[in-house]
Amino acid sequence: MLLGLETTTRHASVAIAGDTGLLASARTGRHGRHGEFVAPAIDFCRREAGIDLDALTGVAVSLGPGLFTGMRVGIATAQALAHARGLPVVGLASLDLVAFAARHTRRSICAVIDARRGEVAWARYQPAPGGVQRRTELALGPPERLAGELEADREEVLCVGDGALAHREVLSATRAAIADEAAAYPSAESLLALARPRFARHETQRPEELAPIYLRRPDAKIGWQERGALHGGHGGAPAVQEGAP
Amino acid sequence: MLTLGIETSCDETAVAIVADGVTVRSNVIGSQIERHRPYGGVVPEVAARAHLELLVPTIDRALVEAGATYDDLDAVAVASGPGLVGALLVGVSAAKGIALAHDRDLIGVNHLEGHVCAAQLELGRLPRPLVALVVSGGHTALLLLDAQGRMRELGATIDDAAGEAYDKIARFLGLGYPGGPEIDRLSLSGDAEAIAFPRAMLDEGGFDFSLSGLKTAVVRELRRREAAGREVPVADVAASFQEAIVDVQVAKTLAAAEAHDVGDVLVVGGVAANSRLRERMRQACEATDRRLLLPSPALCTDNGAMIAAAGANRLADGQRSELGLSADAGLALDGLVLPDLPEAWR
Ligand SMILES: [Zn+2]
Repeated sequence: MLLGLETTTRHASVAIAGDTGLLASARTGRHGRHGEFVAPAIDFCRREAGIDLDALTGVAVSLGPGLFTGMRVGIATAQALAHARGLPVVGLASLDLVAFAARHTRRSICAVIDARRGEVAWARYQPAPGGVQRRTELALGPPERLAGELEADREEVLCVGDGALAHREVLSATRAAIADEAAAYPSAESLLALARPRFARHETQRPEELAPIYLRRPDAKIGWQERGALHGGHGGAPAVQEGAP
Repeated sequence: MLTLGIETSCDETAVAIVADGVTVRSNVIGSQIERHRPYGGVVPEVAARAHLELLVPTIDRALVEAGATYDDLDAVAVASGPGLVGALLVGVSAAKGIALAHDRDLIGVNHLEGHVCAAQLELGRLPRPLVALVVSGGHTALLLLDAQGRMRELGATIDDAAGEAYDKIARFLGLGYPGGPEIDRLSLSGDAEAIAFPRAMLDEGGFDFSLSGLKTAVVRELRRREAAGREVPVADVAASFQEAIVDVQVAKTLAAAEAHDVGDVLVVGGVAANSRLRERMRQACEATDRRLLLPSPALCTDNGAMIAAAGANRLADGQRSELGLSADAGLALDGLVLPDLPEAWR
């Protein structure tokens, strides 16, 4: 019995699958509420599947790229739950899940996830028996760079993912087709479909080994304002910063 | 009753196991100081990333040091705010994962409530009423726990937290990070009366604090001396700056105790380790015949034991949180009622 958590984009989903396939799933499109959604969704899926969580044999989680906060909600929940139950984990890239869901196309696939700040994360895939095969590293950059890449090779490409929708104009100026909203978000169902063979082959990790895929260094901006405001203050005038050597 | 306490509201990844709300079985802190040192302050995204990396290993260590397994735990308590939201979410999510995994009770705790409850880990039952000064990198707040157990924020900083001001001035003076201990140490060899820095809002502003004026005054004074070609006595500047901060903290805390007719004064938070603050607060309390409560440093700074203690009180009172518990950066304290430590645990 496997639990899957996908929380790396605006949508989040949780699923439980047994040997025969999906038993239960839950999904939300409420942005910014993943922290409140995930645990009740796990509880819902477990009841719906008619199991106790001690029946789980593994936990799969999507590692990003995507929204940092969402990624951390999913990974922290998966790590703690798996550690507490002594379970193995499998972590997969969100882009792989998006491409997998588009595997029935005859084109080559470019999974594109919105990385905010005018950037997208992407990777290129080709359909393969039973799924898709990734043939590039995960990349991060402005959609114009991806458009340039798509323009340069003369393939029939299907761009899929919320990043493709957000930058539809830039990307569809190339010859690429843009998949519609129904396929735009990675899902816990795809996650479990891809993770199951890995659990079967024991290609698993320990929970503490899971690492999010950020593709971007942290902002080196000091949170003075944020901190002052949080704890009774209202964010101070950074007098020293301006004058500091 | 064994409670696991998780604290990730700012820059300490902290986990503890507390028995019956008062006995610390383990109290582990995975410090992030080295990760924030290059920036001279806490970077929220760096903190959130570090929490995720450190949390499971820290939980593991807390279990090992307590000689406990997940099965032995009765409940999971977690700081759900106030704090940095990305940081809080890591702790809250992990707490839910554990609560789900073993079908245990989950309880969300206010971080400031936790700071106050830290005292019960050394004293047993908290005296009420009580005035608490919470001073750290994240907070400067003056709190009242009244005789009925209600919490009230009497005052707070309107700009910088005390620890933040120490960090900024330390950086300006070319000292290390975190700034508090550096300035404290340097001040020992400086003259606290060398420069008369302003005592902001000492006579007005009720119980609120402001430190940005003091910061500006320090910068201006140094510039003036440099421009005049005079040597800058760094130790004197540090000592005078620290004295100005401590003066206000002591005066306001005592005034609050006076105004609310309170005999017990608690000082907690990372800045409670400041030697000058401890000394002056001790003198002031002695002079006015009040009892000063100063928990040991490990319980003063952000830690998991204080969260477990506060959570245990609530659980014993029959309170629980839903699995949908939110992380709330601005979680309010006013009106919160702290359940008393149950008879059986005293
Ligand atoms: Zn604190």
